[in-house]
Amino acid sequence: MSALDDLAVPAGDDDHVAGVPAHLVAAPADTAQAAALVAAARDLHVVIRGGGTKLHWGPPPRALDLIIDTRRLTGVVEHAAGDLITVVRAGTPMSRLHRLPGQQLALDAPDGATAGGTVAANASGPRRLRYGTARDLLIGITVIRPDGVVTRSGGKVVKNVAGYDLGKLYTGAFGTLGLITECVFRLHPEPAAHSFVRAKAPPGQAARVLAAQPAASALEVHAVPGADPELAVLLEGTPAGVRDRSAEMARLLDGEVSADPPPWWGAMPPGDVTVKLTGVLSQVPALVATAVGAGATVSGSAGAGVLHAGFPADGGDPHARVALLRAAAVRAGGHAVVLTAPDGVRPALDMWGPVPGLALMRRVKDRFDPGHRFAPGRFVGGI
Amino acid sequence: MAADEPTSGALTSGSGTPAPGALTSGTPTAGTPASGTPSSGALTPGTPAVRSPAIDALAARLRDVLGQGQVLTDRQQLRTYECDGLAQYRVVPALVVLPRTAGQVAAVVRACADGGVPFVARGSGTGLSGGALPHADGVLIVTSQLRDILAVRPADERAVVQPGVINLQVSRAAEPYGYYYAPDPSSQQICSIGGNVAENAGGAHCLKYGFTTNHVTGLEIVTPDGELVRLGGDAPDTPGYDLLGAFVGSEGTLGIATEVTVRLTRLPATVRTLLAAFRTVDQASAATSAIIAAGVVPAAVEMMDALAVEAAEAAVHCDYPAGAGAVLIVELDGPAAEVQAQFEQVTRLCDEAGAFETRVAADDTERQLIWRGRKSAFAAVGRISPNYLVQDGVIPRTALPEVLRRIGEVAGVHGFRVANVFHAGDGNLHPLVLFDDSRPGEAERAESVSGAILELCIEHGGSITGEHGVGMDKSRYMPLMFSADDLETMHLVRCAFDPDGLANPGKVFPTPRLCGERPGVHSGAHPLQEAGLGEVF
Repeated sequence: MSALDDLAVPAGDDDHVAGVPAHLVAAPADTAQAAALVAAARDLHVVIRGGGTKLHWGPPPRALDLIIDTRRLTGVVEHAAGDLITVVRAGTPMSRLHRLPGQQLALDAPDGATAGGTVAANASGPRRLRYGTARDLLIGITVIRPDGVVTRSGGKVVKNVAGYDLGKLYTGAFGTLGLITECVFRLHPEPAAHSFVRAKAPPGQAARVLAAQPAASALEVHAVPGADPELAVLLEGTPAGVRDRSAEMARLLDGEVSADPPPWWGAMPPGDVTVKLTGVLSQVPALVATAVGAGATVSGSAGAGVLHAGFPADGGDPHARVALLRAAAVRAGGHAVVLTAPDGVRPALDMWGPVPGLALMRRVKDRFDPGHRFAPGRFVGGI
Repeated sequence: MAADEPTSGALTSGSGTPAPGALTSGTPTAGTPASGTPSSGALTPGTPAVRSPAIDALAARLRDVLGQGQVLTDRQQLRTYECDGLAQYRVVPALVVLPRTAGQVAAVVRACADGGVPFVARGSGTGLSGGALPHADGVLIVTSQLRDILAVRPADERAVVQPGVINLQVSRAAEPYGYYYAPDPSSQQICSIGGNVAENAGGAHCLKYGFTTNHVTGLEIVTPDGELVRLGGDAPDTPGYDLLGAFVGSEGTLGIATEVTVRLTRLPATVRTLLAAFRTVDQASAATSAIIAAGVVPAAVEMMDALAVEAAEAAVHCDYPAGAGAVLIVELDGPAAEVQAQFEQVTRLCDEAGAFETRVAADDTERQLIWRGRKSAFAAVGRISPNYLVQDGVIPRTALPEVLRRIGEVAGVHGFRVANVFHAGDGNLHPLVLFDDSRPGEAERAESVSGAILELCIEHGGSITGEHGVGMDKSRYMPLMFSADDLETMHLVRCAFDPDGLANPGKVFPTPRLCGERPGVHSGAHPLQEAGLGEVF
């Protein structure tokens, strides 16, 4: 009996990836079992699934035999509070890591998302302005290569330059280089106080916020066609400091201090086509204006230059809209990546768009997964 | 001409010139060549240069591309470049080239690729792990001529610089706009951004601000086959594999950066620096832990033990409190209201941990004075010891008291003194093992004590290097930290970039490795494998 026979069960109705049904599903319980499973699945096309919150992102796999479900790979292995690090299994819910005793993994994620999935998708949210993204917070990782070999990179200390930083390579690789089974994260203290400042203000005001040195933890923009755009700022720190800084920020933006975030905070904009837009900071207002002008709702970090645009697929030609957004993002020095689109629209879209360094990326993929079995076709350039 | 360059080999020129990491008399040296250290034939001064016809042909081709003066073949000139900041390893390169443009770097690398000639990139040559140690049969590509700041765009929080630009110059260029470049290795007045990228350089303020890798958003690189490729960009989250993240810190083994886009950080509204003196290292460690446990993330927490303080006093008269067994330098920055609250907290925590004196810098001059002792400490140790070795290891900060005690024990057993100067906040130790090279065998024994310290770091779940890199010096310690499978996986990336292994060979990886001809497919034995010279991966 191979690990595949032991662990794999026939796929159910919900076991599909972007519309492509799987034949088998297997949920290993630890790294050793996962390694045996991957080794036994050497002839299969595999997609990895965590909480499934982003499984519908990106192009569908070219072929799919087996879904490896990480949700049994769960639990905090270690929380070294004095060292501000935690070691967690990949299937651990992010919500748990947001609330470790006195500390937090400061990486925003939707309900149901797992640590491994968040890393694999390089997902981020408002607080990236202060804390960075998965690439900044991940300090060690255990990955099972497509050939079944268990490998580690990084370590358990934040400061470490021994060897290649492969954690960054796996971050945002969408499961095309192997199966993440364990992550080591840098933690941050839970701030003693926080507050939000909300204002009706054009995105151009974001530059004033940044120039005012408020050490904002997040600076978010929200713009809906036909309505006044909004800005919201998250301030964290000591109670007295947050009180003073919030008041100052409210004056600057002619806004209001609020204990709670606006309803759109950290959420994907509505619409069945969603596009991630990036650009340099000075071009964020233009990028927002173009997207809103094209009928999209826009939310995201005006402080980091990472936005999400959403629009309904039936509200006009989605291909033309994506082309418009992509041109605007390129003008802004960034990229437009289509995250989600309905099955009928997706095949005709170049979801990832042009990517620099693609030839080198193909060579990396070829070395790690010469059979192109892990998430085939899900990544840039058809990788 | 290179010797006239303030940013290049002049810093390490000649056999007697001290390395930048140890600016005074105590040149760090050791007499134990590691396995894989270049043969002595390449080291002996006066040996007539024996260049292969391949190198002669390459030199002729490169003179056509670069011009006569940018290709050095004279042995005396070549010797200027025989080591980087770690002077214990010396190899005279076969050729040195001084390209002035990215296109010239690419042309040189392409010529190397065509001829199967290894190449090593070098910035200012301040590295402390021998990462820029030349290859005896290869080309040393010095990037110090590529020294233009191409753009400073405060509104985008970006600057675009060439690799030979000095770290501190980036901050100077950004300062008028209220920004700076956060990574600040202690060599920042002379080290180059290109070298920083290769080594993922750190510094005293990593605790809050991170390392080079957190502040580089885009690169133009020359791949080992001589192509110019862009990785990352101006905006964050470039789609595709984060090859930028893999490249930063790859120590020149994946190619050469020819243009670097860095993130600029807003200058903090307020900076406060305090110096707290303790009777014991344990008390200072306890204060560090208490500060972190209280949820404060200072910009820097630096510690010096009694011996390091003694050395610093002798060298720069920094006037630290007398009788201190350890001093802590804590720097807080940010909005005034936050800094004030944290400052009161930190002062109280230091008092509670047993600080017998706490000084606060009243102005920038006093702040510089506090830092002077810390920043001069490595060099200052040269005043109290003929020679010393600089170690760079990392431990979880909670293990500080235990590991520092054991370092003292290990050194004591072997009759050595160790001065500790380090980044306490992130557990990055820099034990300096003091020795006297004139005593037979002492350098070897000091080296083994220094190695034992790394083993202590690993035993406590740490790392063999926090900021100096692996280079030539520590490749033999990599197996302490990584399994054969882990190293093989790193090597997959190396093979994707550099299948012929021409980019800085012999660094980072502990054993010579070759890349399989077909990706990931183990086919027939490679001729070198059959000859027992390497393993195929």
